[in-house]
Amino acid sequence: MDKIALATTWLDSCSGCHMSLLDIDEALIGLAAQVEILFGPLVDNKIFPDHVDVTLVEGAVGSEADKKNILMIRERSRILVSFGDCAVTANVPGMRNRHAVADVLARAYIENADPAAPLSCGAQAGKGSIEFQVVPALCSKVRPVHEFVPVDVFLPGCPPPPEAILYLLSELLAGRSPDMSGKTRFGA
Amino acid sequence: MKDHSRTNVRSDLNPSRLLTFRIDDRDVSAHENESILTVARQNGITIPTLCHLDGLSERGACRLCIVEIKGINKLLPACVTFPRQDMEVITASERVVGYRKKILELLFTERNHVCAVCVSNGHCELQNLAVELGVSHVRYPYLYPHLAVDASHSRFSVDHNRCVLCLRCVRVCDEIEGAHTWDIMGRGITSQVITDLNQPWGSSETCTGCGKCVQVCPTGALSEKGKSVAEMIKRRQFLPYLQMMRGRQDTSWTK
Repeated sequence: MDKIALATTWLDSCSGCHMSLLDIDEALIGLAAQVEILFGPLVDNKIFPDHVDVTLVEGAVGSEADKKNILMIRERSRILVSFGDCAVTANVPGMRNRHAVADVLARAYIENADPAAPLSCGAQAGKGSIEFQVVPALCSKVRPVHEFVPVDVFLPGCPPPPEAILYLLSELLAGRSPDMSGKTRFGA
Repeated sequence: MKDHSRTNVRSDLNPSRLLTFRIDDRDVSAHENESILTVARQNGITIPTLCHLDGLSERGACRLCIVEIKGINKLLPACVTFPRQDMEVITASERVVGYRKKILELLFTERNHVCAVCVSNGHCELQNLAVELGVSHVRYPYLYPHLAVDASHSRFSVDHNRCVLCLRCVRVCDEIEGAHTWDIMGRGITSQVITDLNQPWGSSETCTGCGKCVQVCPTGALSEKGKSVAEMIKRRQFLPYLQMMRGRQDTSWTK
């Protein structure tokens, strides 16, 4: 039997869900025998592959790049899993939604900056404004993945418990549609 | 057992009628002044609730206890609906369960319930209901409203981002503590619980600082200061005992 093509990725999130994935511990060995991980933070591959069987998407859609990527990922994935609370509810990244993007950036990079720290761009901390040049522009609101593309399986939790992740992957590998009820919850 | 009638006197001149009806194809008997919810619970039939709390008057605010009644097109809240002879109640039809899920999802969209960073994470009735009803995601767009946190009280704080408007705080403060510090302002989606005439909680002249509102709050909206994520465990056990010891029967808030 061919191995299942698996991809994992993160958008606007903290990578905690991926840590929880690693926390399935020795089950990773059994998993590795059945899947081929084509893309993700654990793989040195910069380009999302054309055809993936299962993609775990961690994180909410918070930037223009996230928007573009999630559409592309949906197109190339047979089964898309909303992996963790940020993907499912926008969670903590969504807490900036009640503020204007300019205010959020000013707070993070100007007001809270260490005035003594040297800045490579020649600007002075505590002054100036933020412009998007290289990094993708932030959307005005951080929103859950399923508001942009259809999602096949929802796995809430911050992070989802390793047991729930293992159950989800085992069910998908067995060709079944996983029933996640009672196995995890918002904020788990 | 609660008494919803206006009069507490039972006599030959004012008898409480017994009647029989059906819940989920089971024959049950009830006093006419017992709600469908009460009778269901007496018979081990579970109907999910959020605003209901044993020891407080019923409010019918959350609508999670809606049931189907044969011959009536509307879904009716079991906590404030009283049985009739030969009534047929269905508590978990596809239609009812579907609406309960929608109600819960709308509650999540209306405020900023970020469970992961909530003092009540793991001890929250809203969170538990989502698990119970199988709500794994919310199908409606989140509204992300701008809402304040009032931490002006020396021991407690109110986070309107997590309030579900069950009004347990309003009821317990009025009916049990007798202070009526809490009330509600606004209409519909913009409603908000307030202390006194929408003054900071810390400057309230009516609040006795008893903390009953905090203990009955189903979510992390009301909490004790100094509690971090998942540390706020509510203690509701006091309520039925307090009621019993006071020998108070009529808990009607609206009279």
